[in-house]
Amino acid sequence: MTINIAVCIKQVPNTNQVKIDKKTGTLIRKGIKTICNPDDKNAMEEALKLKDKYDDVKITVISMGPSQATEIIKEALAMGADRGILLSDRKFAGSDTLATSTILATALRKIQEKEGLDIIFCGRQAIDGDTAQVGPQIAQHLDLPIISYVQELKYLGEKVQVKRALENGYMQIEAQIPVVLTTISDLNKPRYPHMRRIFDVFGKNPVIPVETWTADDLPDLDNTQIGLNGSPTRVIKTYTPDRTFKGEILEGETAHVAHILIESLKQKQIL
Amino acid sequence: MDFSLTEQEIMVQKVMRDFTENEIEPIAAEIDETEEFPQKTLEKMQKLGISSLPLPKKYGGSGGNYLAYYLAIEEVAKKCATSSVVLAGSASLCGWPILTFGTEVQKEKYLRPIAEGKIAGGFALTEPGAGSDASMQRTVAELKGDHYIMNGSKCFITGAGVFDVFIIIAMTDKSKKTRGLSAFIVDANTPGFIIGKIENKMGIRGSATGELIFQDMKIPKENLLGKEGEGFHIAMKTLDGGRIAIAAQAVGIAQGAMDAAIQYIHERVQFGRKLKDFQGLQWYIAEMETEINAARNLYYHAAYLKEHGKPYSKESAMAKFFASKTAVFVTNKAVQLHGGYGYMKDYPVERMMRDAKITEIYEGTSEVQKMVIAAHTIKPKL
Amino acid sequence: MTNKQLTNLVDFSEYKGVWIIAEQRFGQVLNVTKELLGEGKKLATSLNCDLTAVILGHKLIDWPADLVRYGADNVIYAEHELLSDYNVDAYSKVLGNLITTRKPEIILFGATSIGRELAPTLSAKLKSGLTADCTALEIDPETLNLLQTRPAFGGNLMATIQCANHRPQMCSVRPGVMKKAKYNNKCDGEPKVEKIIPIITQEELRTKVLKIDTSKSAEIAIEDAKIVVSGGRGLGNAKGFNLLRKLADKLNGCVGSSRACVDNGWISKPYQVGQTGKTVRPKLYIACGISGALQHIAGMEQAECIVAINKDPDAPIFKIADYGIVGDLYEIIPRLIDELDNIDDITEVLDICTESVSASNQM
Repeated sequence: MTINIAVCIKQVPNTNQVKIDKKTGTLIRKGIKTICNPDDKNAMEEALKLKDKYDDVKITVISMGPSQATEIIKEALAMGADRGILLSDRKFAGSDTLATSTILATALRKIQEKEGLDIIFCGRQAIDGDTAQVGPQIAQHLDLPIISYVQELKYLGEKVQVKRALENGYMQIEAQIPVVLTTISDLNKPRYPHMRRIFDVFGKNPVIPVETWTADDLPDLDNTQIGLNGSPTRVIKTYTPDRTFKGEILEGETAHVAHILIESLKQKQIL
Repeated sequence: MDFSLTEQEIMVQKVMRDFTENEIEPIAAEIDETEEFPQKTLEKMQKLGISSLPLPKKYGGSGGNYLAYYLAIEEVAKKCATSSVVLAGSASLCGWPILTFGTEVQKEKYLRPIAEGKIAGGFALTEPGAGSDASMQRTVAELKGDHYIMNGSKCFITGAGVFDVFIIIAMTDKSKKTRGLSAFIVDANTPGFIIGKIENKMGIRGSATGELIFQDMKIPKENLLGKEGEGFHIAMKTLDGGRIAIAAQAVGIAQGAMDAAIQYIHERVQFGRKLKDFQGLQWYIAEMETEINAARNLYYHAAYLKEHGKPYSKESAMAKFFASKTAVFVTNKAVQLHGGYGYMKDYPVERMMRDAKITEIYEGTSEVQKMVIAAHTIKPKL
Repeated sequence: MTNKQLTNLVDFSEYKGVWIIAEQRFGQVLNVTKELLGEGKKLATSLNCDLTAVILGHKLIDWPADLVRYGADNVIYAEHELLSDYNVDAYSKVLGNLITTRKPEIILFGATSIGRELAPTLSAKLKSGLTADCTALEIDPETLNLLQTRPAFGGNLMATIQCANHRPQMCSVRPGVMKKAKYNNKCDGEPKVEKIIPIITQEELRTKVLKIDTSKSAEIAIEDAKIVVSGGRGLGNAKGFNLLRKLADKLNGCVGSSRACVDNGWISKPYQVGQTGKTVRPKLYIACGISGALQHIAGMEQAECIVAINKDPDAPIFKIADYGIVGDLYEIIPRLIDELDNIDDITEVLDICTESVSASNQM
């Protein structure tokens, strides 16, 4: 019996290097490197660990984004995934988390109907938005159980047993498969792509080409639920937080100084 | 002329950058300090097909091109020269000659496990009395029935006591001088294969450089690589390719020192200004940057020729000669830019400066490179 | 379909009231719930509507009524043994039904590791918008929509988001940001607690909690710490780190060190911040008795906010500090600790609940 696994991944700007145009309040994309979202790499690795362990595991990587996002799909293929699908269509642009999860879930359902899906892995959250919403939303759309913040996974055939991280510990949870799991960095250390697979996957004549699906490939997709217009939430304003504190020397009686410092830190949302 | 790297080469570079930062850089200073061979790093590189990057898939290699392999060496050398030596060894000094001169049986027996990362291989030519002058070889292999008996010793051999198999050059017919040399594939666990002294070195201190001693070592006849008398040719061809690897390594060491220096001059303030704002120091940077880029282009070109089946002996020698000079120059200047801190082991440039020197020496000293370059340059005009 | 048409799908006038979803673990309500009550009250006042707290649990004693004492106008308490501990299927079913029938206009969740799973599940169930990890909320005086502000791109950008054409408007709120509601013992009359007993069966729950372990020590890796309290030569001795540790514990942060202290053997190498130690980029870096050698600065200058405490007014550390205090760290730090006694954080309550509970106890 094949274990069918889907891994949802996202291409994100490396937020360590993010610069914001202070006038427009938008991201300066020029010169910023894009990477595969870190939590998603843990999702990928966990799927690959199952593939290492069991004979018949098929991993499909799926990502929604512009055509450049094929880069991270290829990277995932080079890590060891079997199939890569990019969901790319102008109609998808401007989707919020709910609309994004609707699109991803529709694509996943298509795969599920054709070959079945046992586990859907997502990274817990992407470093550009940090929302952690898409994974649980996908589960709800597909009417599957969700366990997020997975820090340890045991695959037991009919079910999975996981440790789900809490702020100060964990919950041990058992779920029937199929199941949606969102992963955190404690779960594993993602592997590097194998050199041989880089030569298989990248370049002009890849052994495993990345498939691109548009809205037309997803006949079940409700066009009113996707893209900017299908998104219930909308960003109406962006601005850069004022973090250019002028160095300030606090003076006075010790208790007073301590009070001022803590209040200032609270005000700046440092505490 | 197309100077751009392919999508695959860019990806190799990117992965190697990550790999180096996460797996190699954190232990680089420690390896230097303890002289411990980076066995774990080697195993990781084997597992990911890095050490067999240019070897064909047919034998279990990664099926990549040589430039990608050299790019990988450069990336590793940026942070740890020792680890880059380890990477440069197996595929280019042991895998390549077996691939090029070996029989199908030899390839299955030795190349495949090297390519699959199960074993690592080295190359042994240098002897105490025969450095650059290979005709003075004293190691002798005598054919006795179905095997050769080898006696002698080799020195300064990378991976001594660590690698599983070596290509060993030995004299099979003394009367023919270099034409009497032959190449053998030898298992390191062959009886009579003895590991001698492991050297205490100035740089690349973790690379397990040592002496190999052969006492009545029995080598099966079928382990002769190529034909009897082809040893010198095999050695020279192997070193031609190896030199590009050393050039890439030298460029990596130089670039690593450059990166460290740039970071430092951005931070260090003296006389109320950051070091980067002093024109005298900017000129150092300009010189360093130009030399590094020139050296890189030389090795790219040599790799291109090798890839396209064109002669590259002269170009690889030029690349190594220039890149090693650059590595010594740039690391020296990087230490200078760091001032007193640069002389301390807390900063990596101190190690890089020591590591750089070997690139002017091994796999042919700079003087030997010049002999090769001159010979190729002068000969056609005669 | 245009926005206008979408708007027509929902009759907004049916949606009334602000809800907060109270989160209890082991029968104790988390601090973030008090913050939600404080913030929810503010929004309810702007909208001139009721603030309702919803709490799910089993055999809860004081808490449902106490939510009123913390400012809720009324409380819905869903009581069932299968709601004793968080279970996404059970919780989302009960809340989904309640929201669909009662139609609140605004729902606030705590952005805890649990709230951040429950809220998106409900948003997909209800097909309405959700904004994660909000740090500021207000009502747009014109449209009366909820304006939700949150950081994005690792805090490099702040975004204000609204959910104009869907109801309910849902958001999760980052713990520790909003002001906590005050406890008021003198509430008029009997607290309005409506207890409901939902119908849930074990069979419909697809996940099963086998064990909850909350005994993990608070110690975190210094590189991952949001707050680092670092000491230098100015500490004078190894014991100085005990004081720093006290402050760090209070802030749920980590202790760090300059090279000098490591060299002196006051603390071990893994704590060293700087060029030859670790590079940290916490939200807050408090440098105590650290002069600010370049090699130290290289390891911490990317902190979002730097506080320096040093006796020497000319110490270079003050040049890069956002806040500097010139003085004796042994006088100042105890004062800071006192001041922080008022600060809430989410783990405060959680730390009490350290026992492991087996599945049989919960279900």
